[in-house]
Amino acid sequence: MIRMENLTKIFDTPDGDITAVNHVNMEVPAGEICILLGPSGCGKTTTLKMINGLIPKSSGKIFIDGKDTDTVDPVELRRNIGYVIQQIGLFPNMTIEDNICVVPDLLGWEKAKSRKRAAELLELVNLVPSAFLKRYPKELSGGQQQRVGVIRALAADPPVLLMDEPFGAIDPINRAVIQDEFLKMQKEIKKTIMFVSHDIDEAIKMADKIAIFKDGVLEQYSAPDDLLASPANDFIASFLGQDRTLKRLSLLCVDDVKFGEEYKVHGEADLANAIAQMKELGHQNIVVTGLRGRARAFLHLNDIMGKKGVIEEYRQALPAVANVKEDLKTAVSTMFRHDVSWLACVDDDGFYKGYITQKAISRALSAIYRDETLNTKR
Amino acid sequence: MVDNLGLIGQRTLEHVSIVGVAVGIAILTGVPIGIAITQSKRAADIVLGIASVIVTIPSVALFGLMIPILSTIGQGVGYLPAVIAVLLYSQLPIIRNTYVAITNVDPAMREAAKGLGMTTMQRLMWVEIPLAVPVVMVGVRVAVVMNIGITAIAAYIGAGGLGTFISRGISQTDPRQLITGAIAVSVLAIVSDYFLLFVQKKLTPPQSTVID
Repeated sequence: MIRMENLTKIFDTPDGDITAVNHVNMEVPAGEICILLGPSGCGKTTTLKMINGLIPKSSGKIFIDGKDTDTVDPVELRRNIGYVIQQIGLFPNMTIEDNICVVPDLLGWEKAKSRKRAAELLELVNLVPSAFLKRYPKELSGGQQQRVGVIRALAADPPVLLMDEPFGAIDPINRAVIQDEFLKMQKEIKKTIMFVSHDIDEAIKMADKIAIFKDGVLEQYSAPDDLLASPANDFIASFLGQDRTLKRLSLLCVDDVKFGEEYKVHGEADLANAIAQMKELGHQNIVVTGLRGRARAFLHLNDIMGKKGVIEEYRQALPAVANVKEDLKTAVSTMFRHDVSWLACVDDDGFYKGYITQKAISRALSAIYRDETLNTKR
Repeated sequence: MVDNLGLIGQRTLEHVSIVGVAVGIAILTGVPIGIAITQSKRAADIVLGIASVIVTIPSVALFGLMIPILSTIGQGVGYLPAVIAVLLYSQLPIIRNTYVAITNVDPAMREAAKGLGMTTMQRLMWVEIPLAVPVVMVGVRVAVVMNIGITAIAAYIGAGGLGTFISRGISQTDPRQLITGAIAVSVLAIVSDYFLLFVQKKLTPPQSTVID
């Protein structure tokens, strides 16, 4: 847990005092990722660096796991806080192994223990220990180096991790991969993470909570979905962009907006039953399922209206399906690709789970006051 | 010449001994001075200024200056003034390269080192000095090559070394001795430079082999 009380930084410059951080109060609960976001010069990096004392604070208090950081020696403090910087900062004169073991070595761990830890951590980020331990940073690609930069910060298992634009220097494709890996890793290690970014999409994707700064003032501190649904003021709204509503698509998943799981017909059912269900559902299509409930095909109301016969004759192949775990961005993209206004939802094994329609999606996006189920899904 | 190989070898050893001892001491003094002056721009300007002035003193003049001073301890000529002169001339390349190397260490390295919890001393020992070594070695190479030449002149104050062949060659108008001395000095300079280049490469961490 990280807590700041009235944290303030005043820089004494030749042009007079500049208040870089102005009475910031916030708390990052244990195990959560908090992303500091804002335009350059807004005080986000200064705030981050005051936590591990790289920039001395002017006034205010910082508590880590309830302990006032003023009572701890700064060098000791930094050894107990993981730190990742944008430029990665691996030491070119040390092997990957020695780089990872810097903090354990500073803390005086036994060699055998720290070296074993280095190998474990490399495996955690999908780098083969035997291939990387003895190499030097310059022999690794940028993405590999940044993975090592992150695990170096985790080597002594600190409860808190500070990251200054950690994925900023990596190309977009690798960045997405590393972000996903990092989120997966965070599920296991559950560190309290404070993270500076200038990339809104990165923040929306990774943060449990986003803190938006402007001119040293903390403007809003909320969960990404709350932020996008209800920005506190015009500055935040324009900072998030005109397309902020669309950005919410990546926060919601198909499971959040699907409906009508009970409406389906199987191949032997009669047409009247299908029509009755469509009317009840208010939808012109119905999914035809297989014997065990897998989504197989669909019927369109116009095709069977006033017709006689069996469903098999009128069924059409499903153009595409949406996995319930997908985000809405993927589902919408699938709809546009196939020029359809609805999709059948399925689980990983292809079992039918309901419908998702463009209408339901737009309703979900326009809902400012979302219901509790949506809120807890993340 | 072949008959005199033994003598050439002995003179070479004398030569190497003067340069080796003096540059060795210069490393032990110049590197700490170079590190120390990174703390203050003013100190750096003063120290580098003095070191530069020393290099501008012609070697013959420097040897001459030292004779009365060192005569007070009975060492006016010979090995000691030669070593002192080389020591003084070596300061500039070694101090300057150390200073430049340390001040040019990537700020990201320094921030990472500090952020991970290294003290100033640990940062210096674990990161900054190891990173500075290749650049310091360039200074050492400059000092060695330059002073192999200067030491040849030290023959005039009786310090021995390969310069004896040259000075005798001139005074006895004997081109064979002159050429022997000149070639030997050149060969020694080239061989030393290559040897130190080899050492420098050994001390430099591997460079990029990744094709991105």
